[in-house]
Amino acid sequence: MSHNSKILIVDDEAIVRNSLLHWFEEDDLDVETAASGDEALKKFEAGKYALVLTDMKMPGMGGIELLEKIKEIDPVCIVILITAFASVPSAIKALKIGAFDYVTKPVDPDELSNLVQKALNMRKLQTENLQLKAQIDSIIKPDNLIGESPQMKKIFDLVNTVAPTDTTVMIRGESGTGKELVAKAIHLNSKRKYFPIVTVNCGALAESILESELFGHEKGAFTGAHHKRKGKFEMAHSGSIFLDEVGTLSPKMQIELLRVIESKSFTRVGGNEVIESDFRVITATNESLENLVKEGGFREDLYYRLNVFSINIPPLRERKTDIQLLAYYFLNKFTSMMNKNIKKISDEALEFLINYEWPGNVRELENAIERAVVVGKSNEVQMDDLPFHRSQITSPDDNSLAAIEKQHILKVLAENDWNISRSAVKLQIDRVTLYNKINKYGLKEYQPQ
Amino acid sequence: MIINIAPIGNVDKGLIKYIEDHLSRYYNFSTQELKLNLDIKKFYSEERRQYYSTQIIQEAAKFTGNVKDKVLILFEDDLFVPVFTYIFGEAQFNGKHAIVSLCRLHEEFYTGKTNQKLFFERTLKEVLHELGHTFNLKHCHDWDCLMHTSGGIEEVDIKGSGFCVECSKSIP
Ligand SMILES: [Zn+2]
Ligand SMILES: [Zn+2]
Repeated sequence: MSHNSKILIVDDEAIVRNSLLHWFEEDDLDVETAASGDEALKKFEAGKYALVLTDMKMPGMGGIELLEKIKEIDPVCIVILITAFASVPSAIKALKIGAFDYVTKPVDPDELSNLVQKALNMRKLQTENLQLKAQIDSIIKPDNLIGESPQMKKIFDLVNTVAPTDTTVMIRGESGTGKELVAKAIHLNSKRKYFPIVTVNCGALAESILESELFGHEKGAFTGAHHKRKGKFEMAHSGSIFLDEVGTLSPKMQIELLRVIESKSFTRVGGNEVIESDFRVITATNESLENLVKEGGFREDLYYRLNVFSINIPPLRERKTDIQLLAYYFLNKFTSMMNKNIKKISDEALEFLINYEWPGNVRELENAIERAVVVGKSNEVQMDDLPFHRSQITSPDDNSLAAIEKQHILKVLAENDWNISRSAVKLQIDRVTLYNKINKYGLKEYQPQ
Repeated sequence: MIINIAPIGNVDKGLIKYIEDHLSRYYNFSTQELKLNLDIKKFYSEERRQYYSTQIIQEAAKFTGNVKDKVLILFEDDLFVPVFTYIFGEAQFNGKHAIVSLCRLHEEFYTGKTNQKLFFERTLKEVLHELGHTFNLKHCHDWDCLMHTSGGIEEVDIKGSGFCVECSKSIP
């Protein structure tokens, strides 16, 4: 990735050169330094550097003169000026003669890294477009998006189709099916891949802070706002924003969301400046938005905005052929993480994994394997290592009411990440009753100890 | 591989425990606390009201010759290096020492509201990031990877909490 990304730092102060050198070296960029404009020019050749970062005021040749000379030799080279606050007006003039941007001393690390990333990413995209992407049919997948079942192959096809477009995508699927991984796959296969995909879990945020989370706030916007902070929509500029559990948004936030999606602009809380952001929207939900719309819980106009292209991820129990593959993937992951020597899953354990219903889907499987690796003592995952009581494995002919109630409670708990309040609401019982039933049936969530 | 954790200033004991637990649970690290009695006053800039991080690391190195493996300094105050307004941390590339400032990882710094969970998560990310540099890792292009550069707190928050497959190969 780093080829053709050489950087030249020009500053007469050694301490500045060294700090910047160290900073960029961590970025895995090839960095050279020059102590003056003349030295820089001696080193400079067309095509040699992607980016030149130069001080404005130096003895001898200044930054502006250097900029002009560089642009004559290599018009596409990106030049960023570093200036003292007092020289900002001349830096602004320098933008007209081709400087990419300027930063003031002392430099905000986030500002500098943003600028440099932006500049280098622009270059990467330019060269990529020139190369006319030869093959498109093999998609880039996040490491843990796994499956060879026909259902998953269909998902990969859909991702492949929609990713390169800028279409808004809605991903549906039960909790734990890996909706965020599909979102990431879409992002990674789009032209936005060098920029971030910013995740917002709409269900996890209180409305009072959701607004400043999404749109940011200015310094002094509210008591305690000592520093400004950018919101998620601003961070998603040039990239994608992934709104998980979008069905949980309050009516007020639904209006705000609709507005920002339509205008691609907003203001930070407590600010006047209109911030423009170019983002792609990907949402996910595990409930039926259609029903929510019918019941009046979700705006219809927003629904149509978001539901342009939809991808349904099947629950794990509907693609049982992937279970073994996934189980071994997680086994491998956790054994190397915890440096354990467990290579195999016993036939008994594997059979259980394949036959289990997996209400919590892939996430539940991952947790189960993690637990098995933690407690495992032999070189094989045994049934007893899995976080299931033998009694939990109801045989299909156990149709007693208790057995069915127990399975159902377990399913709802798993679907709700063992959140007792949410599960109680879904079961339409109160929390105390739920606790009692959990104790009665000895249900356990695996807890990392 | 031993990570020697050296708190400087009034560092939350719960935070240290959280980091120790995570490092020993998910990585092949064992942790121990290291008392470093550094005279850091001389690295304080009155004008900037921050400490010069490179100098703190250099000072620490004078006392850690016999300490095995890595030294991780958790620093409650704000850090800088010249040219930059602040830094979250610094590490000796492929070396022994790393320092992480907790100052700007506190949610109070931005909103005045305490959010301990977020503070712990951010610190863990920055700790692993700086340790990554001591294991010869450079910044990674994957936004989900801990080795992605974090210019501001917003970038700390949006990056992932694990190393990508490629980067994790360098972590013992
Ligand atoms: Zn770094
Ligand atoms: Zn990485």
